[in-house]
Amino acid sequence: MSELNVTKTLDTSGLSCPMPVVKTKKAMKDLEIGEILEMISTDPGSIPDMEAWARQTKHDLVESHDEGSSYRFLIRKTH
Amino acid sequence: MDDKPKKLALIASQGTLDWAYPPFILATAAAAMDWEVGIFFTFYGLPLLRKDLQASVSPGSNPAMPMKMPFGNEGFQNFNWPMPNILMNNVPGFEAMATSLMKKTFKNKGVASVEELRDMAVEMDVNLIGCQMTMDVFGFKKEEFIKEANIGGAATFLEFASDANVSLFV
Repeated sequence: MSELNVTKTLDTSGLSCPMPVVKTKKAMKDLEIGEILEMISTDPGSIPDMEAWARQTKHDLVESHDEGSSYRFLIRKTH
Repeated sequence: MDDKPKKLALIASQGTLDWAYPPFILATAAAAMDWEVGIFFTFYGLPLLRKDLQASVSPGSNPAMPMKMPFGNEGFQNFNWPMPNILMNNVPGFEAMATSLMKKTFKNKGVASVEELRDMAVEMDVNLIGCQMTMDVFGFKKEEFIKEANIGGAATFLEFASDANVSLFV
């Protein structure tokens, strides 16, 4: 578990591709630069997808956790 | 970001429910990654721009399509029903049943509907280009399409696609 200060949490549990990245993109709009979005997903494909998404959008994927039945991501808004 | 966004150019040429998914999924995922996206809806893909989407499954054109049941226990749901699609396609009501089963199965698995994905695409400024020639051939009017649809021809799409990083024909 991270000690980072989460500004906003987005739960995409139950949703499959491409909704986790689509909803993440929308949620990032509400954040200021430097703030952290926590995203929860149950889609196993979201681990490689969020990594690709972060590389493409150049936001900072600070953490990516497999928590068994769900996945947890922390993304810092960079621009 | 100061550098030029990447660009995705798609051609959507199929109008059945199953084939409607790939262009909208790829388009929304790319838009979520800040890519510029355009989809050219042509031939059977053009009706995907209609205000009332009526995409259905056509088992006859997908002989290898597995049939899944959206109810029952997990083993039952995951079983691939060996449907003799070529024969079943001639049975009245089979297409409606197959369409309803696919919609239910997709919903159970958390897959967005084609309508939802299209709404997302519109919201994320995906350039939706309807093919003028197909409109003329099949007798579609611009008023039948969602207002965000741009109408154009092959040259319109090709100009958009000319500097695309990824171009796909679906």
